[in-house]
Amino acid sequence: MMNRDINGEGRKLNRGEEEEEEDEDEESGRGRDAWERAYADERSWESLQEDESGLLRPIDNKALHHAQYRRRLRTATTAGIQKGLIRYLYIVIDLSRAAGEMDYKPSRMVVVARQVEAFIREFFDQNPLSQIGLVTLKDGVAQCLTDLGGSPESHIKALMGKLECSGDSSLQNGLDLVHDLLNQIPSYGHREVLILYSALSTCDPGDIMETIQKCKGAKIRCSIVGLSAELYICKYLCQETGGLYSVALDEPHLKELVLEHAPPPPAIAEFAIANLIKMGFPQRAAEGVISICSCHKEAKFGGGYTCPRCKARVCELPTECRICGLTLVSSPHLARSYHHLFPITPFDDVSPSITNIPQKLPKSCFGCQQSLLNPGSLFFSTEIANFQKLD
Amino acid sequence: MSPPVPSKILTDDVSLLMVLIDSNPHFWSSIKPHFSFSKFLSHVLAFLNSILLLNQLNQVVVIATGINSCGYVFDSSSGSVSQRAESLLPKLEEFAENDESLSERDDDSGNGVGSSLLSGSLSMALCYIQRVFRSGPLHPQPRIICLHGSPDGPGQYVAIMNSIFSAQRSMVPIDSCVIGIQHSAFLQQASYITGGVYLKPQQLDGLFQYLATVFATDLHSRNFLQLPKPVGVDFRASCFCHKNTIDMGFICSVCLSIFCKHQKKCSTCGSIFGQAQTRDPSASQQRK
Repeated sequence: MMNRDINGEGRKLNRGEEEEEEDEDEESGRGRDAWERAYADERSWESLQEDESGLLRPIDNKALHHAQYRRRLRTATTAGIQKGLIRYLYIVIDLSRAAGEMDYKPSRMVVVARQVEAFIREFFDQNPLSQIGLVTLKDGVAQCLTDLGGSPESHIKALMGKLECSGDSSLQNGLDLVHDLLNQIPSYGHREVLILYSALSTCDPGDIMETIQKCKGAKIRCSIVGLSAELYICKYLCQETGGLYSVALDEPHLKELVLEHAPPPPAIAEFAIANLIKMGFPQRAAEGVISICSCHKEAKFGGGYTCPRCKARVCELPTECRICGLTLVSSPHLARSYHHLFPITPFDDVSPSITNIPQKLPKSCFGCQQSLLNPGSLFFSTEIANFQKLD
Repeated sequence: MSPPVPSKILTDDVSLLMVLIDSNPHFWSSIKPHFSFSKFLSHVLAFLNSILLLNQLNQVVVIATGINSCGYVFDSSSGSVSQRAESLLPKLEEFAENDESLSERDDDSGNGVGSSLLSGSLSMALCYIQRVFRSGPLHPQPRIICLHGSPDGPGQYVAIMNSIFSAQRSMVPIDSCVIGIQHSAFLQQASYITGGVYLKPQQLDGLFQYLATVFATDLHSRNFLQLPKPVGVDFRASCFCHKNTIDMGFICSVCLSIFCKHQKKCSTCGSIFGQAQTRDPSASQQRK
């Protein structure tokens, strides 16, 4: 009962006034919800277009172009920079009272959980050799929800089971806990923290500046995605540790900001010591073999992989063999990370002056054979020496 | 009267089949006594025509894989009337001549002796499929089939793995029918990762039978069929120093290069193991 929905009450009062005045369009829109503003002010139906056969064309090309442009810039600028490929990332989720706010529908906590689930899947897709752990901030205390592990399902299940918010959030306790947990990882791994912070304050037992210096000394890179407003302490933390601080405006923007942390960040060379890691490449067993698997401790039929050192059976890769501790990966997992090491050369934008001279262009796109008579944007790849459409 | 807008009522058994044909002349001359390119084409053309007959809305696109280039040679949806597969023959001939003229110009293709540009044709097939995905909410279910025989070119490993992951993301299965002498590790991995079928036919004289029974069905019907299961996929890596296949090795934590023995320094990225990297430029010059 401590949570009074101040915003909701304010909204009801305003709407009552509007109805009395019977003057909807002239109001500044302050009293309306965001979804009402989309109809009254922005008139989203007027931007619909039809293509030749009468079907609706997708509306927002500009945002798509802009996102692709930003992505291309990012790969171009970070092409030659060393990246931290073996990452040990802790996701700290704020489950304080502020996470129960309903400015994100249905509540901030649910939206954050959804984005974290998508992020975890994307993270393991792009960084198969890395591990994630989850920490929650609730009632002024930080608790470790799941330990560092490489299987996305266990993290997602644990998170979805524990979605309750109450109390204050304590940034210092979260950082202290993560610092202790990340002390145990091997020296070649990159230590990272991603904090999803909904509150506007932090309730700490001691001096948070000391904790920040401790984290900086331990070479932990902290990034924060805020949901309410920009906080100085968050900005300071990210600046000191070399991370990224961003504040989300709405749900699609939050998704974009969170997923930005999935590809490996540029690595600071002194942070991780280069080392040779012993790894095994198991073979996949034939279909008709029966053996007892070491992860579930029961007899399994067919499939599965055999550890090359101790011949134990494991169900999925990548994993650590439970019997002998050897890290087991398959070559496609390593190949997934080569994408970050050898990015493709970016395509060049073809200037509009050339697209206006039809004789100079080939008749169709090299990649997909679509006709180039009315191109949106054209690209020229120097490697294949030919033209390609934007999409 | 204006022509009626075609109604896109697509049932779940309509497929878009991208066929990648290996037209590498070195490979075809090497298996001359057993099988010839013309016999191969007669099997494949019969197969393509039968796919077009299975469902009126099926689409077939053929891409030829050469040594130095790849090109589209047939698209069943282009033109107003659905064409028969034989119309690809003149375009294929033109493509083969172009490809051969390109190889006279560059001596060094960097692909290894006699391997064809599989990565190029996989990428083109995926581009075409992306275009189909963006053409609207109703589209046929795409899949890729590689009729390949040339040996794997190790220089294309990264590009082929990128195509495989891209196909996996878009949920496009890559089927492989290997007509060469040895198995292809790349295609085995491709079919395993994307959920396709890998087959090496025992008798090439009956290639049409293999194609028609294993690869002709659409994706929806595959749930009800017993298709050849992967016998054993070789996921072992090869070490960067000797190119041997190893099952236990050492990985550089910076660049993920694979070595079979413990080394002091990584040959790919130059990092010294066990020592923190310094940003000091004089130190790196001393190392050199």
